[in-house]
Amino acid sequence: MLEIKNLHVKLEEEDKQILNGVNLTVEAGKVHAIMGPNGSGKSTLSYVLSGRDGYEVTEGSATLEGEDLLAMEVEERAAAGMFLAFQYPVEIPGVGNMTFLRTAVNAQRKARGQEEMSATEFLKVVREKAKTLKIDADMLKRPVNVGFSGGEKKRNEILQMAMLEPKMCILDETDSGLDVDAMKLVSDGVNALRDEGRGFLVITHYQRLLDHIKPDVVHIMANGRIIKTGGPELALEVEHNGYADILAETA
Amino acid sequence: MALPKLKADATEARLATLELPIGGWTDTARREALARVQAMGLPARRDEYWKYTRPDTLVAPETPEAQVYEMDEQLLFDEVDRLCLVFVDGVFDAEASDEIAGEGLEITRLAEVAGADIHWAQGLYGTLEAAGQVPVPRTLAALNTAFATDGVLIRVTGKVEKPILLRYFHRATTSDAMLHHVIKLEPGAQMTLLENGPAAARFNKVMEVEVANGATFHHVRAQGRDHQRRAATHIFARLGAESVFKSFTSTANGVLTRNEVVVEFTGDDAVAHVAGACVGDGDFLHDDTVFITHDAVGCESRQVFKKVLRNGATGVFQGKILVKAGAQKTDGYQLSQSLLLDDDSQFYAKPELEIYADDVACSHGSTSGAIDETGLFYLRSRGVPEGLATDLLTLAFLAEAVQEIEDERLQECINTRLSEWLERRRG
Repeated sequence: MLEIKNLHVKLEEEDKQILNGVNLTVEAGKVHAIMGPNGSGKSTLSYVLSGRDGYEVTEGSATLEGEDLLAMEVEERAAAGMFLAFQYPVEIPGVGNMTFLRTAVNAQRKARGQEEMSATEFLKVVREKAKTLKIDADMLKRPVNVGFSGGEKKRNEILQMAMLEPKMCILDETDSGLDVDAMKLVSDGVNALRDEGRGFLVITHYQRLLDHIKPDVVHIMANGRIIKTGGPELALEVEHNGYADILAETA
Repeated sequence: MALPKLKADATEARLATLELPIGGWTDTARREALARVQAMGLPARRDEYWKYTRPDTLVAPETPEAQVYEMDEQLLFDEVDRLCLVFVDGVFDAEASDEIAGEGLEITRLAEVAGADIHWAQGLYGTLEAAGQVPVPRTLAALNTAFATDGVLIRVTGKVEKPILLRYFHRATTSDAMLHHVIKLEPGAQMTLLENGPAAARFNKVMEVEVANGATFHHVRAQGRDHQRRAATHIFARLGAESVFKSFTSTANGVLTRNEVVVEFTGDDAVAHVAGACVGDGDFLHDDTVFITHDAVGCESRQVFKKVLRNGATGVFQGKILVKAGAQKTDGYQLSQSLLLDDDSQFYAKPELEIYADDVACSHGSTSGAIDETGLFYLRSRGVPEGLATDLLTLAFLAEAVQEIEDERLQECINTRLSEWLERRRG
């Protein structure tokens, strides 16, 4: 599904290398988790894959189902099936949540040569999906993320994911700012989307999210590189011992 | 004090092209207005109040040409159940207009009432305009009072359900139109006035509105799309106790537009909202000049002006809140913002507060900025193409002003027009 080879990335504005040769393959149907200390490059990886400005790829490649992701515009990546659940979802005053969702769904459909969803059909689907995420009519009507609590913002991200049905989902510290109940709700939403045709990359600092969203593979990232890969037990090891041992062992 | 020679000459040159319509109850008001014009002189480039907007073409004896814009869309407000009066280049078109009659409503045309004695209008015509000449002269409005050839006089005594629409067409390339409307809402009365269209190559319009105690006046205007048209408009409103006055204007295109709104609170606990959303592309200058005087207790005034500017378009905002001594518990708010879509566009803002009472809340904010890159990335990351995402954010920027329109159907009409305007430029 997602294949990253020897990816080197630096900041555009300053001469600072962030990623130093990331190699990672996420297969369809699998959940991969990336853990790592602050500043290891986890969020940068998610931004580069989704196409955010300010980064320069100096070497390497990233493909989604064989298509060159890095050559695509941001919206083309989305239409190709890439989805990033933001660590800090953006507030957009003046744009209604529902309008936003419908515009996004139909723009992607149009880009893929599919017919647009009718207003009634859309309403039916969105209400159904919103209900399982405990997103009420008021949240759908309000401007995108404006006045939402941390938990509401994250649930709104998962609602977008559910509506857009991407092939490859990247969750950037989705657990940050969530209480136990909200974490459960968000995780349930993600788990409901687990599917043979869909890959997940879950970026997190804490093992507790992985109790809810059980990963198939866990990677440890440090200094812009993946330094260790293992099964779910690797996350538990980090939880108990921190990163020091792993860093020492690979240094 | 004598006027500077240049100003006096320019004023006389303009007056020489006009003929005072004499022979009716407005005679006195017109003669007095003419005297005001001669005493104050027409605006000139050096005037402080015209620092950002050059008045030359608005006062020139000859009307600058303005090509007629071929409309390619359905007329605005057609989907709304309303009563419509049509003016073509400032001349009333009876055939295209509805027969207007309604409960609690009296309408007459200024041009028709020369001989008649319309008592209620006699006390108003030119009165609010004259009062609005202090402390800043608004000579184009006085010129209008003196020379206006037509307009509507509306007296509202009850709650009028259907909005009244004044629709203006511009058909001649050098038409120079002056219309003067007088509206009086008696205590407790309610009405909605709509205006739409480019009116003329050069349009000078004055609207005097008296909103009596407990009355409500809603006004929604969309100025026409003709690129080369020019307009100088004035609204003078006098508000009684517990009355409501809400005026919204959207402007798309027009080489020069100066909209002045002058509001005076004379009764306690009244509300006045003045808002505007304008979109300009290229050879476009739009000037909102607002002056709100609080001379009563507990009144609320709100100004919300948003401008979207691209390809060198210019926006101007001059807004003032004057709180007189004794106007306690005043709640005054003023917001003027521009969204500059490129480096060539410009926005000049002059917010002013002048307060002589000590128990008031007044605030103002003025910003100019570009499209929010973070929001743009967020929308694009969900698959919304850049052009569409930019339009969504642009409409979102304008929304705060558009939402000042109370009626959601009318909001929808305006929103549709604004989004179509953006869509045509998306390429």
